[in-house]
Amino acid sequence: MSSTMQFDLVSPERRLASLEVSAVQIPGADGDLTAMPGHAPVITNLRPGILKVEAPSGNKDYVVTGGFAEIGEGLSVLAERALPLDELSQDAFDEILEEAKSIYKRVEEEFQNQPGPVDDAAKLLSDMVAMGEQIGLNANK
Amino acid sequence: MPNLKDLKNRIESVKNTRKITKAMQMVAAAKLRRAQDAAEASRPYSERFNAVLASLAASVGNSENAPVLLRGTGKKEVHLLIVMTAERGLCGGFNSNIAKLSRSHAVRLKKDGKQVKIITVGKKGRDALKRDLGEYFVEHVDLSEFKSIKYINAQAIAKELLARFDNNEYDVATIFYSKFVNVVSQIPTAQQIIPAIFEDNSLASDSAVYDYEPDEETILADLLPRGVATQIFAALLENGASEQGARMSAMDNATRNAGDMIDKLTIEFNRSRQAVITNELIEIISGAEAL
Repeated sequence: MSSTMQFDLVSPERRLASLEVSAVQIPGADGDLTAMPGHAPVITNLRPGILKVEAPSGNKDYVVTGGFAEIGEGLSVLAERALPLDELSQDAFDEILEEAKSIYKRVEEEFQNQPGPVDDAAKLLSDMVAMGEQIGLNANK
Repeated sequence: MPNLKDLKNRIESVKNTRKITKAMQMVAAAKLRRAQDAAEASRPYSERFNAVLASLAASVGNSENAPVLLRGTGKKEVHLLIVMTAERGLCGGFNSNIAKLSRSHAVRLKKDGKQVKIITVGKKGRDALKRDLGEYFVEHVDLSEFKSIKYINAQAIAKELLARFDNNEYDVATIFYSKFVNVVSQIPTAQQIIPAIFEDNSLASDSAVYDYEPDEETILADLLPRGVATQIFAALLENGASEQGARMSAMDNATRNAGDMIDKLTIEFNRSRQAVITNELIEIISGAEAL
């Protein structure tokens, strides 16, 4: 078994990464998981979080929100929004946080007394906040 | 015979027109390259996305609890047409071809007794359809402020569509756009996006057996709305490339026609100039003879 696998990170607008990696930590909807070469085929949803790539050529972290990861022969992560961690400024973070907040507010009004959608939106928001804390960006502005 | 001064002015004005069309052609060529790059860059995402979606859809199938976006509402009464055109003209038949296709589609649906609603994206399509189908317009999306199409533009349109779908405003949604083949050929295309249709099921069967986390239905329910945005985004980019391609060839034709016209006018100008000289000579000579 080889010690590396093909990893692709694509967003709708561009391909962010395509390289050989040894392990990738994925923020799955039901919890983090780490994909290494030879992992059983899995498709999982993503929650907003940090994707940690370990590669022989160096480690790199990405911020991803929304989408899914497909582990098969290699690993493809399709994220609706993805950018390298070091490119995420406070402003950009505020923007996506604001978006999550507005979704939460709208859902809350729309689906009063329906726990399903409200919980989903609340989870999305808290995931965002948690992600911000992890990076060290201020979420309480 | 038109006088010399007029001819000269006409030649000048056609020359100016040629300069403008030439410039537009070159701008379109540069924009086309950018639009093609954007379409190229989005392809890996949409291809993988659709492949996974197709395999999920195939495995969940038409079971009772399949998401309504895949299964449909069970009727086909109200059709929503999303007509995507350019914000600007001067691009040959690009806008009118899309408008023509969507118009014939709407007319056929009407004939079958269905209800039609139209969302227009891009000003030109709205103008073209306003007279015949204006009464069915429900919404207009203006993209003229955006220099290049971003995913958020597609997301906004998708959000609008899904909200209307949740309100039971329509049963079937179809997008109209132009597929880019090459610079001289763009094919107006109609594509149904709700309920979702997957043409390519070959990818679904040969893929490995996946574990799903959380489970197939949850993932599918999460992905289908995103799939709508992805398809709209792909169509918008395709449309963008088509528009620039169509404009480029239209402006190329215009430049060539202007060149032909200048040649013709120049010949006419020279002829009348010679005629004027000949006339003057005759006058001088006959004047001298008369003395």
